Amino acid sequence: MQTSTMTDAMRPPFPAEPGAGVYSNKLGMWVFLASDVMFFTALIGSYIVLRFGAPGEWAKPAAVLNVPLTAVNTFLLICSSVSMVKAYAAIQDGKKYFLRPVPGFVSVQLVEYIKLVGHGFTPAGFREGSLLAEHAAADPIKYGATVAGLYGSSFFTMTGFHGFHVTCGVISMTYLYFTKVLPEKYSPQDYRGIEVIGLYWHFVDLVWIILFTIVYLI
Amino acid sequence: MTATSSPTTAEHKRPNYVLIWLYLFVLTVAEVALAFELPLSRNIKLLLLLFLAVWKALLVALFFMHLKFERWRLRLIFIVPLPLAAILVTVAIMEKVF
Repeated sequence: MQTSTMTDAMRPPFPAEPGAGVYSNKLGMWVFLASDVMFFTALIGSYIVLRFGAPGEWAKPAAVLNVPLTAVNTFLLICSSVSMVKAYAAIQDGKKYFLRPVPGFVSVQLVEYIKLVGHGFTPAGFREGSLLAEHAAADPIKYGATVAGLYGSSFFTMTGFHGFHVTCGVISMTYLYFTKVLPEKYSPQDYRGIEVIGLYWHFVDLVWIILFTIVYLI
Repeated sequence: MTATSSPTTAEHKRPNYVLIWLYLFVLTVAEVALAFELPLSRNIKLLLLLFLAVWKALLVALFFMHLKFERWRLRLIFIVPLPLAAILVTVAIMEKVF
C-alpha cells in the first residue's frame, strides 16, 4: 500500500550495484539477455542438426520463402534499433525526442505468415492440394519435399519465438510510451526505462540478424 | 525521480549511430547479393554469410547496446554464454554426425 501511494519524487535513488557498476534493472536485463542467448542457441542448434542431418534435401529458402520482403523487414528492424538509440541519446542530452511504438516488423511478419500459409507452407509441411505441394511434387529437390515437415516446424518455431520476443518488446515500449514518454518523465538524470528496454530491443534485432542469415539466406 | 548512477555510457564519446545504421544497411544488401547473385561455391558463401552476420551482430552489440563502453565485468555476463552456446551446438552436431 505504501508503494502505491508513493510519488516518483519520493522514490529512493537507484545506486549502481557494486559488482558490475550499473543499476539493478540494467544488470537484471543483461542477465536475462545472457539466458536468452542460450534459449536461441538451443533453437538454432536444433535447426542446424535437423537441417544437416535430415534424411533428404532441405528446401532452397528462396523457393518457399519471400526473401526480398524479409530483407526489407530486417532493414525495418535495424531502423527501429537506430531510432531507439537516437531517442536514448536525445534524452541523455535533454533534447526533445520522438519515440512511438510502431509494430512494423511484427505486422510484416504476420503478412508473410498469412501468405506462406495461404500458399500451403504450414508447420506440418506443405498442405495437400496447395500450390507449394504441387511445386514440390514437380521439383522435390528444390522444395525439399521429403523433409518439408521438419522444415516447416523448425521455420515456424524459430521465427515464431523471435516474433514473440518482438511482440513483448512492442508491448513494453507501449507501456513506456504511456507511463513515461507522454507524461515527459524522462530526463538527462533518469532514463533507466528507455535504456533497459532499449537493450532488449537491440538484442531482438541482433538475434534476427543471425536468424535471417541462417533461415533465409543459407 | 532522483538521479541514477546508471550511465556509464554518458561518459564516453558517443558513436555515430547513423554511420552504424549505414554500415548495417550496406552489410544487409551485401548479404542478400552474396546469397543470390554472386556465383560462388556453397561453402564459401556459407562462410562469408556467417562472417557478415557476426559482423552485423557485433556492430549492434558494441555500439547500439553500448557493450564497447561498459565495464569488463558487465561484458562478461554477455560473453560467458557464447562459448557455452558454441559447445552446445558443436556437441549436438557431433552427436548427429558420429
